[in-house]
Amino acid sequence: MKGRHGLIAACAIIYFFLMLPLLVVFPISLSSAPYMQFPPPGFSWQWYERYLDDPQWIDATWRSLYVGVATAVLALALGVPLAFSLVRGKFFGRGILDRIAMAPVIVPTIIVSVAVYGLFAKLKLIGMWYGLVVAHTVLALPFVVLVMVAGLRDFDRGLEQAAEGLGASRLRTLMRVTLPLLRPSLVSAGLLAFITSFDEVVVALFLSGANMTLPKKMFDNILMEIDPTIAAVSVMQIVLVTIVLVLIGRFGRGLSATAR
Amino acid sequence: MSSTSKGFLPAIPALVLLGVFFLYPVIRMLGFSIETGNLDWYAKALGEGLYLQVFWNTFQIAVFVTFFCLLLGYPLGFLIATTTPFWATMGFIFVLLPLWTSVLVRTYAWMVLLGRNGVFNRMLIDAGIVADPLPLLHNLTGVLIGMVHVLLPYMVLPVYGAVKRLDPSIVAAAQGLGASSWRIFWRIYLPLTLNGIFAGSVIVFVLSLGFYITPALLGGGRVMMIAVLIEQQVRETLNWQFAAALSAVLLGFTLAVYALAQRAMRPEAAR
Amino acid sequence: MAPSAELRLESVFRRFGEVRALDGVSLAVESGELLTILGPSGSGKTTLLKVVAGFEKPDGGRVLVDGQDITSLPPAKRDIGMVFQNYALFPHLTVRQNVAFPLEMRNVARPEIDKRVGETLALVELAGYDERLPRQLSGGQQQRVALARAIVFNPRLLLLDEPFGALDRKLRETMQLEVRRLQRRLALTTIFITHDQEEALVLSDRIAVMNKGTIQQIATTTEIYERPASGFVADFVGESNIFYGTAGADGVVTLAGGRTLNVARKVPAGKNVGVLVRPERFSNTAINAFEGEVIEAVYLGSSFKIRLKTADDFAVIVRLPARGKLPAVGGRVSVGIEPDEIHVFDV
Repeated sequence: MKGRHGLIAACAIIYFFLMLPLLVVFPISLSSAPYMQFPPPGFSWQWYERYLDDPQWIDATWRSLYVGVATAVLALALGVPLAFSLVRGKFFGRGILDRIAMAPVIVPTIIVSVAVYGLFAKLKLIGMWYGLVVAHTVLALPFVVLVMVAGLRDFDRGLEQAAEGLGASRLRTLMRVTLPLLRPSLVSAGLLAFITSFDEVVVALFLSGANMTLPKKMFDNILMEIDPTIAAVSVMQIVLVTIVLVLIGRFGRGLSATAR
Repeated sequence: MSSTSKGFLPAIPALVLLGVFFLYPVIRMLGFSIETGNLDWYAKALGEGLYLQVFWNTFQIAVFVTFFCLLLGYPLGFLIATTTPFWATMGFIFVLLPLWTSVLVRTYAWMVLLGRNGVFNRMLIDAGIVADPLPLLHNLTGVLIGMVHVLLPYMVLPVYGAVKRLDPSIVAAAQGLGASSWRIFWRIYLPLTLNGIFAGSVIVFVLSLGFYITPALLGGGRVMMIAVLIEQQVRETLNWQFAAALSAVLLGFTLAVYALAQRAMRPEAAR
Repeated sequence: MAPSAELRLESVFRRFGEVRALDGVSLAVESGELLTILGPSGSGKTTLLKVVAGFEKPDGGRVLVDGQDITSLPPAKRDIGMVFQNYALFPHLTVRQNVAFPLEMRNVARPEIDKRVGETLALVELAGYDERLPRQLSGGQQQRVALARAIVFNPRLLLLDEPFGALDRKLRETMQLEVRRLQRRLALTTIFITHDQEEALVLSDRIAVMNKGTIQQIATTTEIYERPASGFVADFVGESNIFYGTAGADGVVTLAGGRTLNVARKVPAGKNVGVLVRPERFSNTAINAFEGEVIEAVYLGSSFKIRLKTADDFAVIVRLPARGKLPAVGGRVSVGIEPDEIHVFDV
């Protein structure tokens, strides 16, 4: 088909557009120039060294990592039972609950950020890592629910009946049969929650105060000075996301389902 | 346990979190806008030309972004849905990789690419195509490029889904009846994937309305969108009441678009 | 091994909205017996099984095992082994882990678990497959695992829910015999659910035929086949010619169109009755003769299957021993039937 070649050519250009910003940071991060220059005049590790030597960057990175992990844990702890309710419950107002669970992706993040900022300022929670975890969990919850609901819909409940018939209590059925079989969905949901927090800027902008997360530190740096240290940080971020995507692909469920 | 509450218990912890840290703060904040007992702040938001202009800008940008995302996203979704499994996986990876890369990384990269001394201008000047650097950054062009890049995957996925759902035998039948590739596209694919186009467009449009990072960084203060205005009102002028009124208008418009879209989708889905 | 339990159902009701899935079902299964519940889909047989297993709560009535009322006991506490239609093997557990599952749930000690799993896998001839995952097994092997898992904990009862449906014919026959052999050997009280009457006749001690939420007849296989209690049972089990008519004096039944049949059973005169003639019971006797044109004739190896149409418009299916030449379509054939080969039932 002739049209097919045209389509492939067009898509190649669109893919180039999609990947270009990801690719351009690699050479810049390895540049020997003292400021942003392209193409780089020579090779050097200096921007990576500067990142690693700066306690502010390292501090921000650690904070983002543990806030991300805590968010993933909390979002799973709350989102998995919620998904069970939504799929298997029969109660009045289930449709409303479904909408509330999805609302954080519909309400513009700036509104959520400003609103939570107002509340946290009053509660003196600005700059507290756990405050950020709670706010990030609100944002991550819809993704966890989406992935888990999809997983539960496909789950064969006959296996749970079989387990109960063989003498397993409800709890043991859950621990030995249901959750192990849902593991791919759990992996995807957890990693998505982690990435949602790890990449999140707007809420962190308002809530992190002086205790910056990595995205907040990056935002400030981009605003102040375009220094190739950002490129080095970006490269590491891209590598991390690639690892997470590979993990989802390897141990998780449905690459395409997770992105919606 | 009564039959009207079966299985509600596990939802309670999440519901409490959403109630206390999402619904309550949002409603509380929106309440600031009518603290004065009148609608003056709304009158200001929707009456003064300066602010009306920001709303209009935001709307226009959202329309542009949606249009360009559709233009670029449809071929991509179409290709991924109609290619072999291997290439579909590859195609997905290179859509998802940018999607899950930090918005900041991408925004920074566009600054590197589009700046006065950026990669594009360097190449254009070195090649002798232009004498002076083109203004690509800190203006509408930069914001549009950045936003389209961020939102493109949200268009690709619904289009992919719609094309994938299409019964291949319909296409085979059309081919068997002698229709050319273009005819098949216009007469079969396009009408039967309108659902996906519509869903993707709504998502991209609504997300555009609330965008903050990209206009804040790539707009360089010269492209004012509603989210940026809200942030300024809270952080710089500390005018919570006005920020609340602006938020209420933005939220109201966003929800209205969703509601209309859902209504429009329903007969579509029943077809 | 403790003797297997006896099961009793006392007028069990279960309704789903307007549908009466179980409409007052009572039955008793003796210790060590294999009872088949036979019925078309929607007859309520699956609901009956679920009530026994504890997955469905009856709206009324009682379920008793060895005299103990288990109606409100959760499935996990019932000690009933079950083989599901699609086997319901745990896909993330190996064969060994699947079979060990019910023992682990009963907190049996590890060495004892290993011993019993090994024995049971040997019993279903799956020794050596311990570490395979279910998806690495054939359909027949999966079924054996499901069976092993259902009997490894010495359940009081074994329930089999159409377990052979997914197997091809040959494997199906092998498995049927194997299940029967195993059930006899363990003397395990068993309820077997199927819609396949042939399977029911092969496997069962007794058969309960169900229709529309009620038990139509519960009897031994021969009785069900030879002396069905109703037209439904007669029609559902085996091939049959069923006629309706009125009993006259001295063992004569008058059918539509005035044809009369001499029967052995004495029925009060004037009563409306049904008459069943099994196709293979026809012979070349002159008594109760049916003479007519051959509509269809099929060679089935050991027998001929012939469809006749008589002058007074009776359509009759006849099976004759395959001796000589297959009667030609359009030709005329005459068969008859001895009075004691005719079964009369009440309507």
